[in-house]
Amino acid sequence: MPQWTLLGLLQGKQTAPWPSAPGTDGQAGFLGMPRYLPELCGDVSGKDCKACADICPTKAITMRTSSADGRLDIDYGRCVVCQLCVETCPTGAMATSSDWAFGVRARDDLVWKQDAAAAPAPGTQMRGFRRSLHVRHVDAGSCNGCESELQALNNPFYNLHRLGIFFTASPRFADLLLVTGPVTQPMLGPLRATYEAMAEPRWVVAVGTCAVSGGIAEGGYSSRHGLDGVLPVDVYLPGCPPNPAAIIQALLMFLDRAPQRVKGGRLVE
Amino acid sequence: MQMAYAWYREVRRLELRYVASVPDQVPFTVWRCDADDAVPSLANTWPLLGWYEREITDLFGLRFVDHPQPQRLVLHEGANPPCPPFDPDYPADLPLRVETTTQAIPELAGDQSDVQLLPFGPVRADVMESAEFLFFYLGEAILHYHPRLFFKHRGMEKRFEGLEPECGVVLAERVSGVGSVAHALAYCQAVEAAGNCSVPPRARFLRVLLAEMERLYNHLHYFGHLCHTTTLKVGEAEGKLLEERAKQLNTRLTGSRFLRSMLAVGGLRRDLAPKPWLAAEFDALGEQFAKYARHMENTASHLDRLITTGKLDRRLAFDQGATGPVDRASGLDRDLRRDHPYAAYAELPVQVAVREAGDAHARAQVRMAEVEASIALIKCAIDLLPDGPVRADGAVAPNSEGLGWAETPRGTLFYAVHVGPDGKLARVKIKSPSFSNWRVFPFTVHDSNMMDYAINEASFGLTIAGCDR
Repeated sequence: MPQWTLLGLLQGKQTAPWPSAPGTDGQAGFLGMPRYLPELCGDVSGKDCKACADICPTKAITMRTSSADGRLDIDYGRCVVCQLCVETCPTGAMATSSDWAFGVRARDDLVWKQDAAAAPAPGTQMRGFRRSLHVRHVDAGSCNGCESELQALNNPFYNLHRLGIFFTASPRFADLLLVTGPVTQPMLGPLRATYEAMAEPRWVVAVGTCAVSGGIAEGGYSSRHGLDGVLPVDVYLPGCPPNPAAIIQALLMFLDRAPQRVKGGRLVE
Repeated sequence: MQMAYAWYREVRRLELRYVASVPDQVPFTVWRCDADDAVPSLANTWPLLGWYEREITDLFGLRFVDHPQPQRLVLHEGANPPCPPFDPDYPADLPLRVETTTQAIPELAGDQSDVQLLPFGPVRADVMESAEFLFFYLGEAILHYHPRLFFKHRGMEKRFEGLEPECGVVLAERVSGVGSVAHALAYCQAVEAAGNCSVPPRARFLRVLLAEMERLYNHLHYFGHLCHTTTLKVGEAEGKLLEERAKQLNTRLTGSRFLRSMLAVGGLRRDLAPKPWLAAEFDALGEQFAKYARHMENTASHLDRLITTGKLDRRLAFDQGATGPVDRASGLDRDLRRDHPYAAYAELPVQVAVREAGDAHARAQVRMAEVEASIALIKCAIDLLPDGPVRADGAVAPNSEGLGWAETPRGTLFYAVHVGPDGKLARVKIKSPSFSNWRVFPFTVHDSNMMDYAINEASFGLTIAGCDR
C-alpha cells in the first residue's frame, strides 16, 4: 500500500481549480454548439438556401415561414453537435464555437431568438437549497456517452464531491433525478417508478440531447422523445454528450451557485 | 461463425445471412438462406447463434425450429407489438407498448427452500447503464445468474433505413458512445465496400490513429473501474485520471472527447494535425501508465481478487462467441486488425496479446499489453503518416451491399449494409462486441460468489448500449 500512497502524493493535486479559476475547465479545443450568425445567412446566388436544414440529422434547424424573426428556427435542444451544418453552410453563417455551458431552466431558452434579451430572466427557484445535493441517475436508453461523462465527474480532475454534490444509490435519498437517454419504451416504467420513489420536493434534470428531445434515436418503435410528457423537467442540458464541465455548470446553476449562461439559444455574458 | 442476421431481399422475401471467418482466408464467408417459413435452428451446432436467432424471431417474426431457448430476448415479455417491428406491415414510428413485467426464467429443480432470489436493476447503484440481473443465491454463493438486457433497446438498426448512405455516419457514432470511432469506421467501411470506394492513404492512417486513441481511453477507464471493484482507491483515481488525460487529448486533436464528427464515407470529414505535438503527449501518458501497471501487478490485495476469478475456459469462449480481450485472455489468438486488416493496419506492426489463464487477471493483463501496443501503434501511425487528401468521392450504387468490421476496444464489431433500389439504406445490421460478450459472461458467474461478482463484471469490460442498440 505505501507505494500507492507515494504514487498519489508525488502527483500532487490534480483537481482543476475551475469553476473558481476560469479557463481551467479542461475543455481546450472542445467543439460545442454551432453559433448562428444571422447577418451572414441569406440566399445564395438568388436561390433560397436551406443547406443546413437539409443536412441536420435531428431537424434542429428548420426554415421559418415568415422572415420577421430571422430565416432559421434553431432549436439547440435538438442539436447533437455533429457540426454538419458548419461544414455545409456556404456563407459561414453557422460557425464552430466552444459554447458548451448550455444548461437552462426553461426549454424555450434553447431556441434561437433574434432578440435574446426578450427571453425571460431565469427565476431563483432554489432559495433555501444551500446544502449538499444528492443526485440519482437513471439511464433511460442512452448510448453510454453521457454515462461516460457522468462517471468522469468523480475522477480527480473534476472531483464533484468538493462541490457538495453526490450521486446516491437510493432514490429515497435523492433530491434530484438526473436522466439520460431518449427514454426507451422498456425504461419508461422503471423511470417513472424511480421518480415516484423520491421524496418531495424533488427535481429533474435532463442531461444530453436525447433526454431533452429524443436526439438521434428519437421516434421509431422503441424510443420516445426524451422527458417531454414523461416527467416535469427543471433543468435542460443538451449536448452529445455534454462534457463534465457542462454538467457541473448545470448542476451549480440548478443550485443558484452559477448563472444561467444561455438565453435565446446563445451564450450571453 | 461470426454472426447471423435477417433482411428483406425483396418485398416480403426474407433472407438469412450467416457471416463466418474461415481459417487462413482473409475475406469473410457469407452464407445465404431463404427463409419464407420456419427454418431449423443452428444454435445446437453453433451455440453462439442462439442469441442471433432469438433476435431475428423477436424483430422479424421468423420461427426457428428446435431452438434450445425459445424465449424473448430483444423485446421483453411485456411488449406486444401488432406485428414484429421489422415487418413491412409495422406502422412507421408506432411506439411499442411495453408493460413492466418480470422475466420468464426456467424453473429451478430440486429442493429450493433455501434458495433466494435477488433481482437487481434495471436502475442500479451509482452511475450505471440500465439492465436487470437476477441472482439465485444461497448465502454468499451464487447458484444461477440471469441478466436481462435490452431495456435500452432503441431500435437503432431501424433508424438507418431510408437514410442516404453518407448520412448514416452520425447515427453510427451514437450507437455506442465509447465506441464512436469503431462504429463509424465499421459503418463507413461497409458503405465503401458497397460502393467500391478506395480511401486515400492519409485518411487510412488517421483512421488507425483515431481507433487506437479510442482503445486507449477505454482501456484506461477499464483499469480505473477494475481498481474500484477491488477497492484499490488510489488505483481507481489514477486510472480515471489517465482516462481524463486521454479524453482531453482527444479534444485537443478533434474537438470531441469521444473523437466524434471525424469519420466520413470515403475518408475523413477534415484533416488532422497530430504532428509535432501528439507523439510526445503519448510518450508521457505511456510512461505514466507503465508505472501504474507495475503498481497494479505488485499489489497482492488487488491480484488476490483477480486471479482465478471468473474463469472462462477456452472451449466455452469459442463456442459461445467471446470476443476481444475476453477471448484473447482465454487463449484464443484472434484479432481483426491482424487477421482481416482494414484501414492502414496491414502496413503497421499489430501486436496481439494472448493469455491462457482465462481469469479476471488474464483479461486485465491482455488489456495492459494492449495499452502499450496501442501507444506504439499511435506513434508509428503518426510517424508514417503520408501527405495527401483525406477524402475520396465514391457513389454507392443501388442494390449494392457491403460488410465492414473493426476490432473495437471490446472485440469484434460488424456492420452489414444493404442499399435498396432507390440508393437509400434498406437494412443495416450491427453486431457489437458486447452482444457477444454478454452472451458469454453468465457462464462465468454461475456457481461463483457474490464477493467476486462486481470484479468479474468489471474484468469483462462490457457496455450495454452497444449490446441493446
